[in-house]
Amino acid sequence: MKIRTSIHAAALAGMLAATAFQGAFAQEDTIKIGILHSLSGTMAISETTLKDAMLMLIDEQNKKGGVLGKKLEAVVVDPASDWPLFAEKARDLIEKDKVAAVFGCWTSVSRKSVLPVFEELDNILFYPVQYEGEESQRNVFYTGAAPNQQAIPAVDYLAENEGVERWVLAGTDYVYPRTTNKILEAYLKAKGVAAEDIMINYTPFGHKDWQTIVSDIKKFGSAGKKTAVVSTINGDANVPFYKELGNQGVKAEDIPVVAFSVGEEELAGLDTSPLVGHLAAWNYFQSVDTPANAEFIKTWKAFTKNDKRVTNDPMEAHYIGFNMWVKAVEAAGTTEPDKVIDSIVGVSVPNLSGGYSTMMPNHHITKPVLIGEIQTDGQFETVFETPGLVVGDEWSDYLPDSKDLISDWRKPMSCGNFNVVSGKCGGKGS
Amino acid sequence: MQIAIRIVLMLLLAVAAAAGARADDLRAGIDGLGKGNFAQVAKGVQQLARSGDLRLVPVFEALGDGALYARKSDGTVFIASEKGSGLALTDALTGAAAGDAPKAGFERIRVNNNLRRAVRTAIGALSLMSPDRAARLQAAKAVFAAPADDSLELVETALASETDAEIRSALEDAKAAALLKSDRSIAEKQGAIERIAARGDRDAMSILSSFRAGADGDLRLGIDRAIGDLQARQAWWDMGQNVWYGVSLGSVLLLAAIGLAITFGVMGIINMAHGEMVMIGAYTTYVVQDVIRASFPQWFDWSLALALPAAFLVAGFAGFLLERGVIRFLYGRPLETLLATWGVSLILQQAIRSIFGPSNREVGNPTWMSGGFDFGGLTLTYNRLWIVVFSLAVFVTLLVLLKHSRFGLQMRAVTQNRRMASSMGIRTPWVDALTFALGSGIAGMAGVALSQIDNVSPNLGQSYIIDSFMVVVFGGVGNLWGTLVGAFSLGIVNKLLEPYAGAVLGKILVLVLIILFIQRRPRGLFALKGRAVEA
Repeated sequence: MKIRTSIHAAALAGMLAATAFQGAFAQEDTIKIGILHSLSGTMAISETTLKDAMLMLIDEQNKKGGVLGKKLEAVVVDPASDWPLFAEKARDLIEKDKVAAVFGCWTSVSRKSVLPVFEELDNILFYPVQYEGEESQRNVFYTGAAPNQQAIPAVDYLAENEGVERWVLAGTDYVYPRTTNKILEAYLKAKGVAAEDIMINYTPFGHKDWQTIVSDIKKFGSAGKKTAVVSTINGDANVPFYKELGNQGVKAEDIPVVAFSVGEEELAGLDTSPLVGHLAAWNYFQSVDTPANAEFIKTWKAFTKNDKRVTNDPMEAHYIGFNMWVKAVEAAGTTEPDKVIDSIVGVSVPNLSGGYSTMMPNHHITKPVLIGEIQTDGQFETVFETPGLVVGDEWSDYLPDSKDLISDWRKPMSCGNFNVVSGKCGGKGS
Repeated sequence: MQIAIRIVLMLLLAVAAAAGARADDLRAGIDGLGKGNFAQVAKGVQQLARSGDLRLVPVFEALGDGALYARKSDGTVFIASEKGSGLALTDALTGAAAGDAPKAGFERIRVNNNLRRAVRTAIGALSLMSPDRAARLQAAKAVFAAPADDSLELVETALASETDAEIRSALEDAKAAALLKSDRSIAEKQGAIERIAARGDRDAMSILSSFRAGADGDLRLGIDRAIGDLQARQAWWDMGQNVWYGVSLGSVLLLAAIGLAITFGVMGIINMAHGEMVMIGAYTTYVVQDVIRASFPQWFDWSLALALPAAFLVAGFAGFLLERGVIRFLYGRPLETLLATWGVSLILQQAIRSIFGPSNREVGNPTWMSGGFDFGGLTLTYNRLWIVVFSLAVFVTLLVLLKHSRFGLQMRAVTQNRRMASSMGIRTPWVDALTFALGSGIAGMAGVALSQIDNVSPNLGQSYIIDSFMVVVFGGVGNLWGTLVGAFSLGIVNKLLEPYAGAVLGKILVLVLIILFIQRRPRGLFALKGRAVEA
């Protein structure tokens, strides 16, 4: 009981902070931005880079004079790859540090753990990582790819350009691979792929011994039809997986592997020469040849004082998200989250691949989809790019219980899961 | 009459021109590779390959390796290698050096998997007549794996002049594979099916199944029978393969656990920082390789031989400090030891993260640990093979050390009866420290081996600590043989379950089995008996 009262009190204090004490914000000379990325624990490997990227973006913005005439100030916290701690730290950021927006999270479970906090305290979260979709929240902006901005174009590419007819869907056993594979399985079947031509395989987090699975893949691939592996294998497990592929002689020409969670950062720990030709689907590669990207890489290397640091897709997502937030704040004339949430929809900013990304009413953004092949230097060579921008589709059209849902946070609808058949707001995910 | 003369003249002219024109055609064809999309370039490769000119092989190889560049000004294609910030050019056709040039004026010809396949087939077709024996063998195998429409004639021509028995056999296989794609008689095709089925391997299965779709009547029956035989044969090999995977997993478990068998098994210390000793060993390997790469790149293949003693010393010293600094104050208090060493493990992880950064470090495989080979129906990879050998070597060395050395005797004396050993003049604190250092040093050496198959990241050790304890407890605390048998039986059971239960469920099943087993035999497989245990 006592705990509940204190939570209520905290919530009240938070709301007061966000609305009544708005004047107090104006007198402070900095605008605080929260950075909620793990700097220790298992996810530190991926998230530390994003913290550095955010610090760089804030630094650059301050050099340009900040926002609304005020300097930006980064508040960095370490949720230590501990999901409940994410919620706690998010609460601290919003209530104690009074941040105007938070950039953070990597895993879906960490995002799910902070969602209620952002809803309750009415703040903004920019989530920069590709994820499984099936979600749309008023306080969250998803700058990473939804499945239709990554997985589906990759499968299309393999089917059309490499003539793949047999599919191995291999993933780590948690929500992102499971949902993505569910969507892909439904999509492939809708395209006429027989059930016996799809093999689905899950492995535990940090799986190290890939011998059996790689030999299963080889066996599955020797049925006379062109076979490809669609990998949603996460983080650390990828290095031993690719090493085993290389050693067992699975070449990209024979059985290509397309990965959704392997970027420049993950390849940094690998000798990529046996992996040349394996693919990845992202919305950005460091090798993208545009002036904006060259500038970004230069700034990044100068900021980290390390010539070998690579850039990757989630960094670009933060770049886009941050610039959108700046633009929305300037348009709204305030950092008050409610106003920013309204003004950010429709904001367009340049992305690093030479086009513009726009925030859509479903709080997802438009992006090009790039398919790249791994090169000997650990970079990707773009072999395919969607002709136009792809709009992030939060509710997959290929899953029976979400195909009727849409999301539109503009007034008057203001709903994240509107069912177009029943004409009511609410349903899955509510 | 005049017309006839004119025709003859023109023909003569054409023949004369053809010789000179061939080189020009080739050059134009090569320059054509610099234009168009992937599919067009692949088509260009196929057309060029029809000329059968061996000079094309290096061009295609360069294309496959992404070392073919087109000059932006006139579209001329060169083979180039990076030289400083520019390119060192080589004439594509003659192979003569063509000077250096800045990168800006050139565009690299991009390759994708389709194009790489086309290149591989083209090189295969061209090299069938190559004077180099290895190239011919390679080519025959390439044609077997992916016969093109015109492969059959090429292979038959090559067979007619080939004398080497091994290449002949490979060519016969290639011919059989190409035959299936051709429009030859059914009898010939049936012979080809038998020939391919006799290989008995997965490639054979792959080729037969891909042909099955287009076959009918007797042929289809023949193929079905052949595939059935192949599958039956493969099933036995698969069993053997799973056992080998189990042995390999067991060797990894053994390596991770054997240091713990000493610190936990023999000394009774619950050392949660054991995994971090493994990690320190892996990072030592990284540092050693980094130095070698920078200063003595020619010694790279020996880097692991240098890393082993280095890792042993570094991790051993870390273990020594840990024992002297923390653990010796906590003897007889297992719970405090557990918490203290857990804290130390977190400190070590974060320290490594601060020094080396959070991302993976690249530890290269020496050439003798890369790739694999086929042994009957088994695929063995070199890195796994060497790790099995290494783990057994470590085990035997340790056993000899414990049983037949003075230090081993003292160590056993101290652990069995500390006061008696002390009374006999053994400096028990030093024996404790050195024993702990030995266990940690061995964990460091395990890190060298594991760096070859796993990530080198600050989290490396964490993932092995549970498995290590599991092996030691299962095998029987205080018994090295128990650790050996425990590691290999867990490895094999795990790998035999995995194909049926999947990786996730397989692991759970193994855990359940262990729990049941420990219920029946709380002291593990090989229980120590006697007063020392009861104390």
